[in-house]
Amino acid sequence: MKIISKKLVSILLIGVLVVGIFSGCSKANDSASNEKYLSIVGSTSVTPVLTQLADAYMTLNDGVKIDVQGIGSSAGVKAAYDKSADIGMSSRNLKEAEKEWNLIETTIAYDGIAISVNPNNTVEKLTIEQVKDIFKGIITNWNEVGGKDEEIIVISRESGSGTRGAFEGLVGLEEKDADGNKFSVLVEDALIADGNGAVKANVASKENAIGYLSFSYLDSSIKTLVINDIEPLVENIENGTYKISRPFLLLTNDESSKLANDFIEYILSDEGQNIVADKLISVK
Amino acid sequence: MNIEKNTASKNRIIENIFSKFFFLSAIISIMSLVIIIIFVFAKGIPAIIEIGLMDFIFGKLWRPSSNDFGILPMILGSIYATIGALLIGVPIGILTAIYMSEIASKQIRKMIIPMVELLAGIPSVIYGFFGLIVIVPLIDQIAGNGGNSLLAAMIILGIMILPTIINISDTSLRAVPKEYRENSIALGASKMQTIFGVVLPAAKSGVLTAVVLGIGRAIGETMAVILVAGNSPQIPISIFDRFRSMTANIAIEMGYAFGLHQEALFATGVVLFVFIIILNLGLNLFIRKASD
Repeated sequence: MKIISKKLVSILLIGVLVVGIFSGCSKANDSASNEKYLSIVGSTSVTPVLTQLADAYMTLNDGVKIDVQGIGSSAGVKAAYDKSADIGMSSRNLKEAEKEWNLIETTIAYDGIAISVNPNNTVEKLTIEQVKDIFKGIITNWNEVGGKDEEIIVISRESGSGTRGAFEGLVGLEEKDADGNKFSVLVEDALIADGNGAVKANVASKENAIGYLSFSYLDSSIKTLVINDIEPLVENIENGTYKISRPFLLLTNDESSKLANDFIEYILSDEGQNIVADKLISVK
Repeated sequence: MNIEKNTASKNRIIENIFSKFFFLSAIISIMSLVIIIIFVFAKGIPAIIEIGLMDFIFGKLWRPSSNDFGILPMILGSIYATIGALLIGVPIGILTAIYMSEIASKQIRKMIIPMVELLAGIPSVIYGFFGLIVIVPLIDQIAGNGGNSLLAAMIILGIMILPTIINISDTSLRAVPKEYRENSIALGASKMQTIFGVVLPAAKSGVLTAVVLGIGRAIGETMAVILVAGNSPQIPISIFDRFRSMTANIAIEMGYAFGLHQEALFATGVVLFVFIIILNLGLNLFIRKASD
């Protein structure tokens, strides 16, 4: 009798668990279609600032839940198109193919891309042409650009990274093949670092390295180069003299909810732009 | 009487339920394998067909932005790194195992065993981190190439496969009957002659199993390799060149890939899977042959 009752209890418990699992599912589904839930996915470069904005918005609006996930720019654009997320984030301009999807683009901030070397490197400035030739593998020694007689170690990001896409587009590391598809002409033996932080770590530890990264990651462990005689400063991006900058985009489609539009409106408000201006260049 | 009968049938019911439960557990393990295989192949095979098997496996250019998906650099990178790891790890591992089972005193053996176990328990990201801050700068000083290289990966993988090789070799060496050693010594052979002429050949199949499992570990390692390899998708010509392994290719680009690019990464997984399957089948065949 005792055994049977134990078994009964365990069966009941399993039953409760199973029901729990399914009820969990249905709840998640409910909230996805709910007016009080937003899912935002895309660029890892945009994720930090959007998380801050979402936190601020959630404190202001009770009961609203916003999920921000960094999965990469390309995936973010795709998610806005196939409606698997309410808002997509991108840290580069849309490609030709993506423009055909008729997404609504909202620029919420600008970010500069700095070209950095090790603090022990004697080179202080480069032209955009030189940067391009270094990343293409035409210039391979620092003495060709006024530095020591050392081989240049080129550090780049993984394919599909928004920072890489923006950098290659701005510097001219893209060429078109016969079908008109753009492709990257980055030197083949470039060291591929997985994320802005990894680029910084590599440049900081390798004396002959050169890499590019978002302004928000700059610190004293690396030296930032002057490009075309323009210092990489926030005000030089604002006045348009420092050319290597890119927009942070939010992408929505024509079916986006009122909440999504409200949130974007909040980001563009003075309050939202104050949060943006903390590390980036606001659009106001 | 009635009560006894009752308990007997109750017991039978319980037995029945438990055997069903065990069966269910076994099914879950097997189903996981089957589902993973189906998923990886279903995602990867269409990409291989679209790219073309030959272009995919023998293509030298990996450039997703222009739809060039050749993984020969990654296949060769994985193979080279694994061979290097074996060159470093196998001699050290086997000699350590010989020392532990044949030469060391009981006390020393008792000290070494937990250390080898600890070596096996270190997470791979820690190995990679160690490689990044110790081995990579060291190679940079010698070769001036930044340090991230095939050699760095070989060294790290060589250390990582040590526990596998030591443990399994040690077990198989200890399984060699005592009489072999006694007879060899009685015939006038020295201790070293006994070890290398009699004991090691007798433990051959176990030692080879250790090596094959070491290959499996080295070829499947991801995190440690990403940190030290430099990850350039090029065919490495020297051990100081940067390279990218198949596992690193998947891990680095998966977060950013979509469409054919993503499917090509799954296809890389298919190739890796085929490598591991061939390795395991080869091992099973070999063990069956050796035990005949």
